[in-house]
Amino acid sequence: MSQNSQMADEIRNKQDLILKHWMDYQLSALTLRRDRVKESDLRDMSRRFLDLFSEAFSASSDASSPGWKPVKEHLAEVTRTRAEQGFSPTETATFVFSLKQPLFDLAQQRAGHDSKKLAETLWDLTALLDKLGLYTTEAYQETRESVIMRQQQELMELSTPVVRLWDEVLALPLIGTLDSARTQVVMENLLQQVVETGARIAIIDITGVPTVDTLVAQHLMKTVAATRLMGADCIISGIRPQIAQTIVHLGVNLNDIVTKATLADAFMVALQRLGATVTRNAASTSG
Amino acid sequence: MERIPILKMGPYLLVTIQVDMHDRVAMTLQDELTERIVAERARGVLLDISSVDVVDSFIGRMIGNIASMSRVLDAETVVVGMRPAVAITLVELGLALPSIKTALNVDAGMALLKSAGKMSGNGRLTR
Repeated sequence: MSQNSQMADEIRNKQDLILKHWMDYQLSALTLRRDRVKESDLRDMSRRFLDLFSEAFSASSDASSPGWKPVKEHLAEVTRTRAEQGFSPTETATFVFSLKQPLFDLAQQRAGHDSKKLAETLWDLTALLDKLGLYTTEAYQETRESVIMRQQQELMELSTPVVRLWDEVLALPLIGTLDSARTQVVMENLLQQVVETGARIAIIDITGVPTVDTLVAQHLMKTVAATRLMGADCIISGIRPQIAQTIVHLGVNLNDIVTKATLADAFMVALQRLGATVTRNAASTSG
Repeated sequence: MERIPILKMGPYLLVTIQVDMHDRVAMTLQDELTERIVAERARGVLLDISSVDVVDSFIGRMIGNIASMSRVLDAETVVVGMRPAVAITLVELGLALPSIKTALNVDAGMALLKSAGKMSGNGRLTR
C-alpha cells in the first residue's frame, strides 16, 4: 500500500512530464484521428484523467474498489463523447493503453536495478490499465446500444401511420419487419383510429413487409380478428407474388381473410361495400 | 345482486352491460336473455359492451355462448362497441369469436340487424 502511495506521489510530482510523454505517444499513435479531435481537447482530457488516476491510485490499485469511481465516470464520459464523434472502440481503448509506456518508464526509474520490485509494479500497472481499457470498451458498447434502442423506438413510432382514405375507410401501410412488439403497436394504433373515426373498413397494406413467415402471418391474423371484434372489416393488400407463394408453401390459412394484390383493388372493394362508386369524368377521358 | 337490464326495441332486444361482468352476473344474463328471446319472439339481440373494460376468458366465452344460444332461438346477435383493449385481450386469449357478428356502435349494429332481417326471411311472416 505504501508503495502504491509513493508511486502515486511520484505520478503527481511528475505529472507534467508524464502528460508530455503520454501526449507524444498518443499523437504518434496510428490510431489517433486528428480529424476528429483537437490536440488541446485531447490534452485537457488526458490531464483530467491523470489527475483522477493518481488520486485513485494512491488509495488502491484495485480498479473495482469504490475509490476508482470518479476515474470510471470520467472514462465513460470520454468514451461517450468519442463514440458520438465516430471513434472506434480500438481508438478509444488506445487512449488508456498508451498511458502504459510513460508509467512503465517511471516505474523503471524508481525501481532501478531491483528487478523483482519492478516486475511487481509493472504487473500491478498492467492489470489496472487493462481493466480501465476494457472498461472503455464496455462503456462504448453501452453508448452504442442506447443509440440503437433510441433508433428502434423512433422507427417504431414512425413506421405505423394510420391513414384515412375515405369516409369510414382507413389504410395502414406497413413497412419493415413485423415482430410481436411492433404488431402490438400497430394493432393498438389501428383499433384506436377505428374508434376515433368510426371506420367500417381497414386496409392493411403489406407491400413494405420484406418477408412473411408463419409468425408474421399469425400477427396479421390477430390484428384482423381484433379489428373484426371491434365491428370493422379488414382487407389485406399488397401481397407480392413471392409472398403469396411463401404463404401457401408454409400452409398458412388466410382463407377467412379478404386479400387483394394491390391497395387500389382493396380500396375498390371497400368503396363497393360502402355503396360508393368511382366514375371517370367523360370530358377528361376523351382529352 | 346486480342485474343487467334487457330492453325491448321493436323486434329486437337491447342489452347494455354497464356493471362489472362477474361470472354470476353473466350466468344470470344468459338465463334471462334466452327466456326473453322466447317470450318476446325477438329477431335480434344487440349486446352493447362499450362500458366493459376488463374481460377474462370466462366472460369472453360467455359472450360467444350468448350469441350461439340466441342463434339457436332464431335471433341474430350483434356485439357492439367493443373497446380496443378488450378486442386485443380476446384475440390474445385465443377467443376471436369467429361466429359472432360485430359492429362499431349501436347505430351500426341496428343497421346490420335490419339488413340481415331483410335478406333472410327465416320463414317468418312479415309484420
